[in-house]
Amino acid sequence: MNPVIQVTHLTKDFKDVKAVNDLSFSVEAGQVYGFLGQNGAGKSTTIRMLLTLIKQTSGNIEIFGLNLQKHRNEILRQVGAIIERPDLYKYLTALENLRIFAAMSGVKVSEKKLMDQLAMVGLAERAHSKVKTYSQGMKQRLGIATALVHDPKLIILDEPTNGLDPQGIADIRNLILHLSKEMNKTLLISSHLLSEMELIADSMIIIDKGKKVVEGKVNELFDPAETVVELKTTDDSATYEKLQQSNLKKFVQGKRNDCLLLKLHRDEIPAVMKELVQMDIGVLSFYSKHSLEDYFLSLTAHPHVETLKN
Amino acid sequence: MMKKSLLLSLVLLTVFIVNAQTAEEIIQKVKTKLEKVNDYEAKGKMKTNVVFIKAPIANVKVFYKKPNKLRINNESGISFIPKGSVNINLNNIFINTSGFDMIDMGKESKTDLRIIKLLPKDENAEVVLSTLYIDETLSLIKKAKTTTKENGTYELEMSYGKYADFGLADKVIFIFNTKDYKLPKGITFDYDDGSKREQNPDKLKDKKGKVEISYSSYIINKGVSDSVFK
Amino acid sequence: MWKLLKIELFKIFKRPRTYIAFGAVAAIVFLFQIGLKFDGKSYLDLILNNVSDSFEVSDDFKSRLLNGYFICFAILNILLIQMPLLVALIAGDAIAGEANMGTLRLSLTKPISRTEYMLVKFMASVIYTLILLLWLAVLALFGSMLIFGTNTLVVFRSEGIEMMNSFDVLWRYVAAFGYAAVALTTVSALAFLLSVFAENSIGPIIATMSIVIVLTILSEFNIPIYDKTVKPYLFTTHMVAWKGFFYVQADADNKTIDGTIQNLPAILRSMGILIAYIIGFVGTAIWIFKRKDILT
Repeated sequence: MNPVIQVTHLTKDFKDVKAVNDLSFSVEAGQVYGFLGQNGAGKSTTIRMLLTLIKQTSGNIEIFGLNLQKHRNEILRQVGAIIERPDLYKYLTALENLRIFAAMSGVKVSEKKLMDQLAMVGLAERAHSKVKTYSQGMKQRLGIATALVHDPKLIILDEPTNGLDPQGIADIRNLILHLSKEMNKTLLISSHLLSEMELIADSMIIIDKGKKVVEGKVNELFDPAETVVELKTTDDSATYEKLQQSNLKKFVQGKRNDCLLLKLHRDEIPAVMKELVQMDIGVLSFYSKHSLEDYFLSLTAHPHVETLKN
Repeated sequence: MMKKSLLLSLVLLTVFIVNAQTAEEIIQKVKTKLEKVNDYEAKGKMKTNVVFIKAPIANVKVFYKKPNKLRINNESGISFIPKGSVNINLNNIFINTSGFDMIDMGKESKTDLRIIKLLPKDENAEVVLSTLYIDETLSLIKKAKTTTKENGTYELEMSYGKYADFGLADKVIFIFNTKDYKLPKGITFDYDDGSKREQNPDKLKDKKGKVEISYSSYIINKGVSDSVFK
Repeated sequence: MWKLLKIELFKIFKRPRTYIAFGAVAAIVFLFQIGLKFDGKSYLDLILNNVSDSFEVSDDFKSRLLNGYFICFAILNILLIQMPLLVALIAGDAIAGEANMGTLRLSLTKPISRTEYMLVKFMASVIYTLILLLWLAVLALFGSMLIFGTNTLVVFRSEGIEMMNSFDVLWRYVAAFGYAAVALTTVSALAFLLSVFAENSIGPIIATMSIVIVLTILSEFNIPIYDKTVKPYLFTTHMVAWKGFFYVQADADNKTIDGTIQNLPAILRSMGILIAYIIGFVGTAIWIFKRKDILT
């Protein structure tokens, strides 16, 4: 089956900055696809290219198997999106905004459907209030309603949980899962809340400085049982040399200014600890991290890490 | 033969008699005619021909009351009435209790009109000089050039019809002086449509305007209220 | 496209700032009418200052002169210089305003081509301009006719006086307002073009007004070097051509010929130039916008 999104060798140059550099990835139907990267990595630029807000310098984008340049309107009829903040018309009510963007999406949406959309995001009671009276969280929810109002097949969300409280975040998570698993929508989500992405993403891509760092299924790239250990000792340089000479060498990832990085399975921790003691290494702290955030940082944090793997 | 001789003699006698009229006699006859009219209300159409005014033909009413009240009113529209229009009234020439010095200039050859100049004896009179071109036979002033102290020189040309007995013209052409037209700066931003402006230097220097009134009817000596002239 | 146009008009007329222009027009017209109702004769004294040397200028003459048609002409003389600003308020906001609000990026992810989007935006600005002009017509023309009545229209030009019979005036105003619509659409198109470059509508609005003011000055001042080289090509030179409908043909005796226009081909030529500017401005705006990266 054709991927819903197929990006091949995508590049975007802005004067003297290469914002996106030969990026290729694909998104399968029904997936929740995580789009991760530091600030300035090129996520927003890529998303804008997918939505034809920015023209690529080179490369190819296909959505639903169609070339985006040639079949733009046909494709966008089936796409809903929030890009950065969901800015809407502040002087209009939520219902008026929703009506406008539904009409612009090329679909006829009944008043009942519009109200149902607002109810879905918890804004039914404030449907007739002007958006300028809304909190940031309410605006975010309205933005999501706007992205979904025309029942698109592909949904692109840039920071969908911005400004939401924990309950709101949980609600969005459930909504995304519902859209993906029960309604077979495809979602591409860019988010900084890596703990949330860990819970919902099927596949992901991590980009850095416009380039792909890693792409694949979440459960293949990242094993929660795998940990990254930050090891602080009395003499990190000497310890680093000692470890390179020992059978703990295979766990060593590199060193940072303030500590050493080891990558090992959770079950291996006791044995490694014992070995360190036997080697007479003065351990000040042994901090194990085993989250997507840690994985992400391990791949993208710079310039202090001397050696990176994968 | 006798009849022919008699006829010829009569004609010659008439000519002789006519030629024999003095300026005073002619002027008196004209005045007598004009004095028949105490007041009138006349209807007419007025054409304004001034180099810087484009105007439609106006329906006017002209009111006159002895000795020198004259008012031209546009019935419903707007007309630029020249100052000194009171001089359209021929009686204005004769308003002078001190009398005139008359100069008989004889006849104008091409029109056969008698030319008589009137110089008021009163040095304070508004009219300084009038030159009248008179049809002796009918005792009607066909043309008048009047020089006034306040308003420069005017010309009048009259043509007569059914009201000739009263010395009232069917058509009057009144020629008067105009000053240069100037609009205060900043009043308007005009559109330059490229139309040819008046290029003839003589016409531009002319600074004369012309008003032509063609009368359709006169109501004579039925009384005219003074309020009309206010 | 009609559906999108309805949306744009809905957005324009839902916005409070839209009504500033209508209020401003009403205020200026009413103030002018009230001022002239109470002391129009002093206003006329200024204009008739020179004419009164040669012609009778009675109170009755002034009252007739100050009729609804004359008042409307005087209002248009002033307002059609101010109107470009009011038009630029909306047109200058067309794209820049959306960029500033952040709604531009959402709108451009919809299945609407950028060309269609721009055309709809521009058409909405034009319709707003027409409605504003209609508002002006109702207040300035029909309002003045109601307050001051009607009579011969006397137009004072720098080179002379044009007079039109009362029955010969109304159609000229219809034509003049029609022309004014084209003139203001030209300003709208300029503001629209400038709106593409900005992310805040203040910039395009001020830039439009500055351009209109500078070019109007160039158009009106008689600086010989500009008369043949620059003036004929400035759109501001042709924006005042609505007055041409009030320049009447006359015969050799200066008698006006009812129902005529002194130089209709010139007016049509001016209109053609304005239309060319509109096409140029809007075409350029669309061309640039199609290639623009939307980063807001």
